Amino acid sequence: MSSDVRFTDFKSDKQPTWCPGCGDFGTMNGMMKALAETGNDPDNTFVVAGIGCSGKIGTYMHSYALHGVHGRALPVGIGIKLANPDLEVMVAGGDGDGFSIGAGHFVHAVRRNVDMSYVVMDNRIYGLTKGQFSPTSREDFETATSPDGTDMPPVNPLALAYAAGATFIAQSFSSDSQRHTELVKEAIEHDGFGFVNCYSPCVTFNDVDTYDYFRDSLVDLAETDHESTDPADAKGKILEGDKEYMGVLYRDEDSVPWNERQGIDEDMSDIPDDAPEDAMDLVREFY
Amino acid sequence: MPEDLNWAIGGEAGDGIDSTGKIFAQALSRAGRHVFTSKDFASRIRGGYTAYKIRTSVDRVESVVDRLDILIALTERTIHENEAELHEGSVIIYDGERSTMQDVEVPEGTHALTVPLKRLAEEAGGAIMRNVVALGAACQVANFPIENLDEALAKRFSGKGEAIVENNEKAARLGQEYVAENYDLPVDYDLETTDEDYVLLNGDEAIGMGAIAAGCRFYAGYPITPATDVMEYLTGRIGDYGGAVVQAEDELSAVNMALGAARAGARSMTATSGPGIDLMTETFGLVATTETPLVICDVMRSGPSTGMPTKQEQGDLDMLLYGGHGEIPRFVVAPTTVSECFWKAVEAFNLAEQYQTPVFLVSDLSLAVTEQTFPPETFDMDEVEIDRGKVVDEDEVDSWLDEQGRFQPHFPTADGVSPRAFPGTADGAHMTTGLEHDALGRRTEEEEVRVEQVDKRNRKVETAREEEEWDYREFGDPGADTLVVSWGSNEGAMREALGFLEERGHDVRFISVPYLFPRPDLSEEVAAAEDVIVVECNATGQFADVLEHDVLERVQRVNKYTGVRYKADELAAEVAAAITGDAGDTQEVEAK
Repeated sequence: MSSDVRFTDFKSDKQPTWCPGCGDFGTMNGMMKALAETGNDPDNTFVVAGIGCSGKIGTYMHSYALHGVHGRALPVGIGIKLANPDLEVMVAGGDGDGFSIGAGHFVHAVRRNVDMSYVVMDNRIYGLTKGQFSPTSREDFETATSPDGTDMPPVNPLALAYAAGATFIAQSFSSDSQRHTELVKEAIEHDGFGFVNCYSPCVTFNDVDTYDYFRDSLVDLAETDHESTDPADAKGKILEGDKEYMGVLYRDEDSVPWNERQGIDEDMSDIPDDAPEDAMDLVREFY
Repeated sequence: MPEDLNWAIGGEAGDGIDSTGKIFAQALSRAGRHVFTSKDFASRIRGGYTAYKIRTSVDRVESVVDRLDILIALTERTIHENEAELHEGSVIIYDGERSTMQDVEVPEGTHALTVPLKRLAEEAGGAIMRNVVALGAACQVANFPIENLDEALAKRFSGKGEAIVENNEKAARLGQEYVAENYDLPVDYDLETTDEDYVLLNGDEAIGMGAIAAGCRFYAGYPITPATDVMEYLTGRIGDYGGAVVQAEDELSAVNMALGAARAGARSMTATSGPGIDLMTETFGLVATTETPLVICDVMRSGPSTGMPTKQEQGDLDMLLYGGHGEIPRFVVAPTTVSECFWKAVEAFNLAEQYQTPVFLVSDLSLAVTEQTFPPETFDMDEVEIDRGKVVDEDEVDSWLDEQGRFQPHFPTADGVSPRAFPGTADGAHMTTGLEHDALGRRTEEEEVRVEQVDKRNRKVETAREEEEWDYREFGDPGADTLVVSWGSNEGAMREALGFLEERGHDVRFISVPYLFPRPDLSEEVAAAEDVIVVECNATGQFADVLEHDVLERVQRVNKYTGVRYKADELAAEVAAAITGDAGDTQEVEAK
């Protein structure tokens, strides 16, 4: 671990345009601290961001970064990691990006278990488009596009991950900076796909899932006898609909990342000079 | 004695038609004969009608023709499907003992050759070898030395053990002997063999091989006919070169994975067909604005919608040239033959990295399923050159930092091409985005920067127009009054058609265009011709539209792309300047 990297090295000189008090400030700070404290530096780190308020994170952080198409941040991250496994790849997005337009990619990224981390800034609302319901909004949540509530149960991201065979599932809260940082660090250090659902309140458009609500209702698993390596324990907590948990819900200690299982370990950016010559064998196959 | 032979095996999907046809094609190739194959097939795993057709000659063959000399029919339907191609003297081989084929009537003038395929196969060791019995029978009809078939059988079955190879050889001989003993056909085939060594491959394989030779190390895709063979070819081979193939959950994911790998510095590609291009189109603008080198291969099939998945069409041209919202600088390259699939793949990777843009490599079903013979030196790896463009290493990064020490991935250079630092390069950290951005890759809506970045990206195309050769391939009579233009796989058929046209008294100049954007300027060629005919496999003539567009010179252009609408006084000035041809008019009006 290189001790000379500080978390501010991951900060760009661009000032965030998030609303004052937005949960995303805390979420991003924790990500930067976690990256620095796990021995990464901006030159070996690739941050991929989706679309929405959360998607701006790539601009406010300093590292290699790409802000792409709505919902497709995870595939981009997978491509980067497979092409150069030496890079630290962190994907960030919102609940709309991850569990609505990109829900298909989420399920398959979880299954594929490539060695990377995914932090979802979950505020249960669409902020940047000025207040429509999101996939994690409550059934009775009234917005401009759901005047009588959504009439649909919210997506349970933790259950979705668990059902897809996740090897690391955690949940954090942006205003509990220390715990959030710890959990993102654990996701980075996990051998495989480290998923952290971070409650990141929207102070402008969501007056239900507020800082006060999360502060009052979140139970820190570190203060319980929860066994995160026990699937039964994990499943029980994840499916418990009326409770909000913070901490590592599930961790598969035997996880081997897909890239390692597949023997994908080379920096593919390097093309040797004799690459075409080496391909001569391919012609012979066609005799 | 006919110069070439047209041979086919047909039956139901699941009958092993493809592998049997491939064995015979390989036997011909091993015997130093040229081969050109085609397939009739449907989008189903079992049943239906499917056929594998071979045209073979000692000289090169570049097309199929409407003629069948020897047909192995495993079903009665196979005979009906090919009635138009059968002629006086065609030989039809089928199993007259098969319950469904006992009452088969063959077209008048053709020779029915009933061979107990199943019974002889069982005698050789198993009914599964009935197609090989038929191959042996065909060897006898065509007077083709059966030893050549042995080589192909060994290649196909050696993995299954010596005994299996021997059984197949025996099955072939039983078929051959049965015909020799029972029939005395009035046909006079004599398939000459030569000492030439040919390789036999199809367009999808050629693209895959070209990709590996060009240093492509990452492929992400989603299976789709007729592009799947590119993916299957790379799977199991690219790993030997340190690369990886990923089957993604959909095409949206595939193109984004490929984009990610390219950002990480890998030569990266995806391949799909029309329906997949529809999905991927979402991401093409991102590829272009982030200036990511990416090769996207479209192996076209019949559309729209699911269309006819196993049939030929060149219907995607408009989409490839113009698809996606906003304006997306791109290159579109379309190989015209199977071997060109290899070379254009190599070129596509170089163009992508030299100009940091998406490059569409456009093939079609006909190229994808045609197995064709080539002298191995056609794919001379010493001729493959890799140009990675403006990649900067740790030492060179310094010269591309701004005054605050920040790397500028979208620096507006004179030629439009910016420096590229692979992740991991010290001091090269930068972001990029699908939002309009500045030289640092950060979002902006400033009018000047917006225009600067749009111009810079488009300037790459202008640079490429000047720096690269966008030539065409020419055949026929260069002085002819009639000009025929085509693109893609029509080249082979049109080349051969030139001979037929000559017999009918038509001299034709034929131009085959492999570059669709940028493309060769054909205005002089069009002007020199009396008749201009554009040949393409689609209903509306998409390339014909493009050609008409290119030769039309009357339109002046007034454009604005700052993100702000036109204002009346400003527009009057712009139009006045266009009318008078004097840019000074712009200022004059604005000054009021």
